[in-house]
Amino acid sequence: MTRPIRFLLGDAEVSEAAAPPTLTLLRYLRERRGLVGTKEGCAEGDCGACTVAIAEPRDGRLAYKAVNACIHFLPAVDGKQVIPIESLGGDHPLQRAMVAHHGSQCGFCTPGFVMSLFALYHRPGRHDDKAIKDMLAGNLCRCTGYRPILDAARDALGEPRRDRFDEAETATLARLETMRGEPPLDYAAAGGRYVAPRSADQLATVLAAHPEARLVGGATDVGLWVTKEMRELPLLVSTAEVEDMAYVRLAGDRLEIGAAATYAGAVEALSALHVDWRLLLRRLGSEQIRAVGTIGGNIANGSPIGDTMPPLIALGASLMLRKGGTRRSLALEDFYLGYRKTALAPGEFVEAIHLTLPPAHRRFAVHKLAKRFDQDISSVLGAFAFDVESGRVVRARLAFGGMAAVPKRAIAAETALTGQPFERAAIEQAMEALGRDFQPLDDHRASAAYRLTAARNLLLKAWLELQGGDSIRIHGHG
Amino acid sequence: MAEPAPAPPHESAWLHVAGAAPYIDDLPERADCLHAAIAQASVAHGRLTKIDIAPALALPGVVAVMLAKDVPGINDCAPIVAGDPILAVDEIVYAGQAVAAVAATSLDAARRAASRIKIAIEPMPAIVTVDRALAVGSFLTPSQTMTKGDAADGLARAPRRLEGTLRLGGQDHFYLEGQVAMALPREGGDMLVLSSTQHPTEIQHLVAKALGRGFKDVVCEVRRMGGGFGGKETQAAQTACIAALLAWKTGRAVKLRLDRDVDMTLTGKRHDFRIDWQIGFDDAGRISAWSVDLAARGGCSVDLTDPVVDRAMFHADNAYYLEHARIAGHRCRTHTVSNTAFRGFGGPQGMCAIEYAIDEVARALGKDALDVRLANLYGHGSRDVTPYHQRIKDNILPELMRALETSSDYRNRRRAIAAWNAAHPWLKKGLALTPAKFGISFTNTFLNQAGALVHVYTDGTVQVSHGGTEMGQGLNTKIAQVVASAFALDFDRVKVTATVTDKVPNTSATAASAGTDLNGKAAADAADKIKRRLIAFGAEHFKVPPDRIRFTAQGIEVGTRRLTFAELVGQAYMARVQLWDSGFYATPEIHFDRERQRGNPFYYFAYGAACSEALIDVLTGESRILRADLLHDVGNSINPAIDLGQIEGGYIQGLGWLTAEELWWDPAGRLRTHAPSTYKIPTARDLPEDFRVAFWPEANHADTIHRSKAVGEPPLMLAISAWLAIKDAVAATAEHRLSPQLDAPATPERVLLAIEDLKRRAKLPAEARS
Ligand SMILES: Cc1cc2nc3c(=O)[nH]c(=O)nc-3n(C[C@H](O)[C@H](O)[C@H](O)COP(=O)(O)OP(=O)(O)OC[C@H]3O[C@@H](n4cnc5c(N)ncnc54)[C@H](O)[C@@H]3O)c2cc1C
Ligand code: FES
Ligand code: FES
Repeated sequence: MTRPIRFLLGDAEVSEAAAPPTLTLLRYLRERRGLVGTKEGCAEGDCGACTVAIAEPRDGRLAYKAVNACIHFLPAVDGKQVIPIESLGGDHPLQRAMVAHHGSQCGFCTPGFVMSLFALYHRPGRHDDKAIKDMLAGNLCRCTGYRPILDAARDALGEPRRDRFDEAETATLARLETMRGEPPLDYAAAGGRYVAPRSADQLATVLAAHPEARLVGGATDVGLWVTKEMRELPLLVSTAEVEDMAYVRLAGDRLEIGAAATYAGAVEALSALHVDWRLLLRRLGSEQIRAVGTIGGNIANGSPIGDTMPPLIALGASLMLRKGGTRRSLALEDFYLGYRKTALAPGEFVEAIHLTLPPAHRRFAVHKLAKRFDQDISSVLGAFAFDVESGRVVRARLAFGGMAAVPKRAIAAETALTGQPFERAAIEQAMEALGRDFQPLDDHRASAAYRLTAARNLLLKAWLELQGGDSIRIHGHG
Repeated sequence: MAEPAPAPPHESAWLHVAGAAPYIDDLPERADCLHAAIAQASVAHGRLTKIDIAPALALPGVVAVMLAKDVPGINDCAPIVAGDPILAVDEIVYAGQAVAAVAATSLDAARRAASRIKIAIEPMPAIVTVDRALAVGSFLTPSQTMTKGDAADGLARAPRRLEGTLRLGGQDHFYLEGQVAMALPREGGDMLVLSSTQHPTEIQHLVAKALGRGFKDVVCEVRRMGGGFGGKETQAAQTACIAALLAWKTGRAVKLRLDRDVDMTLTGKRHDFRIDWQIGFDDAGRISAWSVDLAARGGCSVDLTDPVVDRAMFHADNAYYLEHARIAGHRCRTHTVSNTAFRGFGGPQGMCAIEYAIDEVARALGKDALDVRLANLYGHGSRDVTPYHQRIKDNILPELMRALETSSDYRNRRRAIAAWNAAHPWLKKGLALTPAKFGISFTNTFLNQAGALVHVYTDGTVQVSHGGTEMGQGLNTKIAQVVASAFALDFDRVKVTATVTDKVPNTSATAASAGTDLNGKAAADAADKIKRRLIAFGAEHFKVPPDRIRFTAQGIEVGTRRLTFAELVGQAYMARVQLWDSGFYATPEIHFDRERQRGNPFYYFAYGAACSEALIDVLTGESRILRADLLHDVGNSINPAIDLGQIEGGYIQGLGWLTAEELWWDPAGRLRTHAPSTYKIPTARDLPEDFRVAFWPEANHADTIHRSKAVGEPPLMLAISAWLAIKDAVAATAEHRLSPQLDAPATPERVLLAIEDLKRRAKLPAEARS
């Protein structure tokens, strides 16, 4: 049974039955609601001008996130509260601080900044400079040079923080709970359909019946197919509401990550494995991207420069693939058949990622290289797992992104290391061997020469850091 | 009434933060409004053989398709020299060029239709790079040479000489609001064009010409832009013209808002340069001769390339006295998008040339680059003539540089960094302190004029219209302050209106940092006329001598009486006194003979200096600016908060240009970094963690509005210190024994390859290392 999309737009209850399912939240707000305070700067998730906040119930409270409305399909807000800049009313502490600190020049980026900070405002705890900069990594301002915006943020994010959204929390929760009493969303309008199952079983059933459907997680890739490539996606099936695929849990000696877990949802568990995960995920996209982008989407999208795959491959992750009631397990490195080509069969989907917990003697490091520290696609990413016993490498798994058509292990380099003392000489042998593993591309992100030199140096860097001593990263681990 | 606040916030600040400041795309659409989209060529050079628009017309919702042949007037939106067809005629001269435009009832329909237009192009060989253009002699306009003394002879006689080639990349403006225009047909075929433009007069002219109408038939209006930076000086015209042409063709309102990728492939950018330099100097580091060839990638048409390269030439001395100088500028014609104005307008590239060369001189002599800079600064009363023979009368750099040297603790930090570097093999720090001297005025003298209109209403509130445009730089705020202070009114009693060509005509672009200098003076002139009338009226009406009438923050003192401003104007109105007037300003004392490359092109100079400290990763080439100390000269600041914003924003934008932002064309001449996913401007994290900005406390020597100084462009050039600090850190990887080659932008790739190059050279025999 199809039904309308139901959500709160600020305080107003909305029931939307006409908008095409691939209409973005940004265009919905601007064109259908006349809420033009939210801006379009790029329509691809990279500038933050379109940032709005979304609140949803979590553990009895409202959890706020900032999202890029420009690539967020409208049906994805079903059962949630959408908070665009207009809902703040103009006199929110954040807005006052932005004026007081001269945080706007041309003003075009300003609503987006305010809304990113609004999401942070509603996150408990103290927010230091690092938290503020992490929060703003997905918001570009070309005028101010950011200093006044940071000052405004420091000012307004002091405690105590309480605004009218906090005052209304109980009422808002109740209203959202009522909406969530509706059956899972099956929305059809303007010739398109969007289905949002709430369990993996439902998802499997829908996909088995409609192998032609396009799965969508956070739409941080799929959204751009619509905004930039004008692709038609008549049937979308979302993983975003599949509750039993959003877990990250320990099961015996295994970490299991549901394919619908977002980066934001997975960061703590992965970082518990190794601090480099935190640093990597902090640089993957922006807050807005990490709030909705899924690990399953990253893997299934199969980009050669996707960030989670090399470290997962280095750690020997496997995928749980599911089609209808049938499941199969496949090593992640075997999932990629060629450039953006995966082993997924029609109707099949990634249900989970399984990661055996690393043994005590495993040394691990991940290094991402990009033109810009924040929110940039990797030019090279190296992930290194060395199993070292009595000073010798008994096993090495080195995986790279950006070096080949798929995320790929460096077998020659691994071989060069295996059985050798974990010392500089062996690392240099392996660095040399990387030249046999890869013939990287020359493109706008990096030249082949840089990629190969940098890949070698990353291996050396990983080894150097594993010797202890100071961090040798320009941004440190902090 | 209170004293006008010293730094009122931006006039739109409260609207900005509420999302209530409308940009063109936010305005209500007329019921008949159509949406437009552009079909672009995908090859860099070729002959247009066929355009099939049938598949576009077949789509539901499509109302019209426009081709070059449909243009009723002149199919050209070039600012000065013809050559920018609004829609391509028969030759394609860059990948991304507009070939056709579609109007449809929805944005989706328009964009989809544009993508279905079949454009057949017979490819021809393309000249993509400056090197290639120089090799085959492909130029847009004749090269120019500025000479002082005899550079060849000076070089020959110099005790020491160095030479090199430097490449500086271009830069996309990345204004957050992309190009947009809405054309609204009016009665009798007249046209109102709302455009996000820095140059409404030019939009008015070009739209009128495209429509084959008089300038009187077209009005252009700009309330605000979501950023400009030079990118909406000439580049807004094509979007406006296409919207107007489609509106003419359909008789309906038409809005054209470019998608970001279209914007970045369609519109011009900062010029990238190849710079070949030679410098002669002595063992003390004193420069005697400087010879430089500045070759810019102009792209496919002239646009503003002539004055941009002129300004690069005017700034190839930066802050230094050059006894013998030969400065040549070349405007290369390439099959790439036509490059254009961008904050600094060529000046930064000229400055980079000499700053880089001085860095090389210092390394060759084993001296601190700051000492070489100090030894060569322009003097006071002597050593003060530029290569274009203008005498510098307002030089403050020797004092300013010394002050910054002290306040930044340069010498101690230099030592501390050396010690730190010795202990850190994998990370290196670098330090650089560089000056900037920027000439203020349009170098095309006639452009230095402005007009304004001031209306005093009978309730004592005031409206100001002027020829400048508000793009975020705070011009309207400053103009409101100027007018408020003329009448001693509170800032919020004065409103600056949208810029409309039917209010103030024949305006120059808001550019060259001159917005406040020109329009502020014009507005003050208008206010002054009204004020004089009010005084004359008051003197007569209240029977007091005119000098007993004073405008104060507490109201108007008339003898012993005190009135509010509203009371005075109310009575003046009843007495039939004109309460509104126009003002005009033309910058005095400037002239330039381009044939002879001599004259006084600048009314004054704006100065500044910055000290930046960089940290690099030796293994990856990543870099970061740890600390920056900026000392900048804004004269008597009209609005310190706004000026601070310009300084900080300028530095960060310059940092982006020189260290991060990379325009990458593939060998076929297609720009591959055409969206923020691939083109990376600085984020909040790139701000130096320790960022200290101070103003130089001295009024402008020239008679400018409130003795302030222009501030829009000059601070961008303070970022040269960041680039050279990175170069210093790279040199540290070879213990400063060799000097690295570091072109801009100093991306991780360039830095790492520079480090690798040093490693390679270190292994060579000494003579072969340079
Ligand atoms: C601004 C921006 C910055 C980004 N930065 C980075 C970055 O730094 N590093 C990086 O790696 N990526 C980056 N990305 C890419 C993107 O965020 C990731 O690829 C993301 O993980 C995709 O997840 P998603 O849930 O949004 O996928 P979607 O866009 O929803 O889907 C992507 C693909 O995966 C398929 N899919 C989704 N879930 C499943 C499933 N469970 N089973 C099978 N197929 C599935 C979809 O059908 C689609 O083909 C960035 C994207 C943007 C817009
Ligand atoms: S418009 Fe740029 S991120 Fe959405
Ligand atoms: S104020 Fe202009 S982009 Fe931020």
